[in-house]
Amino acid sequence: MATDAPAGNDERIKAESFATKLMKRPELGAIGGVILVTVFFVITADSAMFTLSGIMNFMTPAAQLGILGIAAAMLMIGGEFDLSIGSMVAFAGMIFGVLVVNMGLPLVFAIPLTMAAAAAIGGVNGSIVIRTGLPSFIVTLAGLFILRGMSLVGLKIFSGGSTQLRGVRDAVEGDPLLTLFSGDALSGLFTWMASVGLVETFRNGAPKVPGIPVEILWFIALALIATYVLLRTPVGNWVFATGGDSNAASNSGVPVKKVKISLFMVTAMAAALVAIITVIDAGSTDARRGFMKEFEAIITAVIGGCLLTGGYGSAIGAFFGAIIFGMVTIGLTYTNFDQDWFQVFLGGMLLLAVVFNNVIRKRVTGER
Amino acid sequence: MTKPIIHMEGIKKHFGNVIALNGVTFDVTPGECHCLLGDNGAGKSTFIKTMSGVHKPTAGSITFEGKPLEFGSPRDAMEAGIATVFQDLAMIPLMSVTRNFFMGREPTKGRGIMKRFDIDAANEICMEEMRKMGINLRAPDQAVGTLSGGERQTVAIARAVYFGAKVLILDEPTSALGVRQTSNVLSTIDRVRAQGVGVVFISHNVRHALAVGDRFTVLNRGQTLGTAVKGEITAPELQDLMAGGQELAQLEGSLGGTI
Repeated sequence: MATDAPAGNDERIKAESFATKLMKRPELGAIGGVILVTVFFVITADSAMFTLSGIMNFMTPAAQLGILGIAAAMLMIGGEFDLSIGSMVAFAGMIFGVLVVNMGLPLVFAIPLTMAAAAAIGGVNGSIVIRTGLPSFIVTLAGLFILRGMSLVGLKIFSGGSTQLRGVRDAVEGDPLLTLFSGDALSGLFTWMASVGLVETFRNGAPKVPGIPVEILWFIALALIATYVLLRTPVGNWVFATGGDSNAASNSGVPVKKVKISLFMVTAMAAALVAIITVIDAGSTDARRGFMKEFEAIITAVIGGCLLTGGYGSAIGAFFGAIIFGMVTIGLTYTNFDQDWFQVFLGGMLLLAVVFNNVIRKRVTGER
Repeated sequence: MTKPIIHMEGIKKHFGNVIALNGVTFDVTPGECHCLLGDNGAGKSTFIKTMSGVHKPTAGSITFEGKPLEFGSPRDAMEAGIATVFQDLAMIPLMSVTRNFFMGREPTKGRGIMKRFDIDAANEICMEEMRKMGINLRAPDQAVGTLSGGERQTVAIARAVYFGAKVLILDEPTSALGVRQTSNVLSTIDRVRAQGVGVVFISHNVRHALAVGDRFTVLNRGQTLGTAVKGEITAPELQDLMAGGQELAQLEGSLGGTI
């Protein structure tokens, strides 16, 4: 391409600086936010926050939220919302709990069944939105209450009157698939790093951080897959097109309906994955699981550069958005601030992100 | 004279008791620009929708490349090689030119799970096709929103031609454009025509039509009033035909010139 560059030169066009190019990336705001928040906590927080164990501490909730946030970002780029994902976490958690505790199924069946149930509900959400043409905001708001209520009622039925279903840990004990969804990964590596003095150790020589919690690996893997799909596959192009202008997309031959329904299914499955990981981790499931997560996931996506109107955004942005979230929730405990500043911060961050995204959008489309 | 690519004979279209088209005859040959002129409500939109497969004609015949044809859907027409650029252009402002260009028809490389959008090839093709149309893009990842109306029109035309259009229907491509952009689009039409594509140029602007058209057909109240070849007809005559003959004559007297 370099050889034919002179032919493509236009005397009226100034060379674009690297900074201007960077300004046009949707994830810029989120990366800037991570830097800002890091600087803030380096100054104010106890130095323990940025040790390896401190990082794992804030990355774990970041990962749990981020899995939802990445899916929410993709759905948002496709032009829709899903307000039912928080309740979906509780509902999928209940289904998973019933499958492993009440029915005694091994994970190899319980996990695909939970995923399938979630995908089916996501598909129903998507179909209702497509068929009725109603805003997904209102359709999934109904889903938020229906699924939360069904989780409450269902848990009472299956646990004999309580809204909590215990005994998950015993039920999945020793299951061969357990290492994929629970505990720490790469513990061998960490033990080795401890033995050669690369990481901090306890007195007995065991590493202070036994490994990377699996949800962090899921989080990173999903961010990479989502980014690849969005930027480097035809399906990704369809998602952007569907969210940008579904009429134009459909006139150009993009299967708009399939794209939207699949995105709803993916979002529900992301909620199910979070449910499975957190339920195994806690050893029980309850009806409050995933409470308010739908809003947090959407905020994560918006901080990550997604436009509320669809058609623009990034999965990597949502990845960093979730990290900001984790850092602030956990980070405040390392400082002298009252932890309840968290909510104030959250609102401020959202407002800032929306204003910032609006400016970016105008730059990209060249509006003046 | 070359054989027409598409020939439509005595097309009628009724919507309930409304007669939208009442016997329209129209054809396009390769490498010509056939202008379809008509005032608002003359039936232009209904006619192009019939031609592009959106509506089925109530009566009349369509012959495509010498064979009788019936389009079941816009997709059939598209696959046969009839591309329509509607006024909304089917462009997404937030997406890059390349992504718009290949929307729904992305080139891929690799196979199986590694099958992916070949973005480098797509960028290269897009830049090249746009250069052929006389537009030097800053970069293939430039958002369509940064392009002018005329440039967007050109992207839409270039896209249709690249994907094998034999007949290109342009629905009032110049109606919302300024003087310079209009001349750019008209020269794009000229380029496309030179490649052997039959262009159907729908307009109610006589001057734009005369600037680029080879033949002119006037549609009035759902009927064709005949076809004239370039040079045989003047702007005022076309104008009169479009208006149905009478009313405009009085108007012009008081305005003192063509509209």
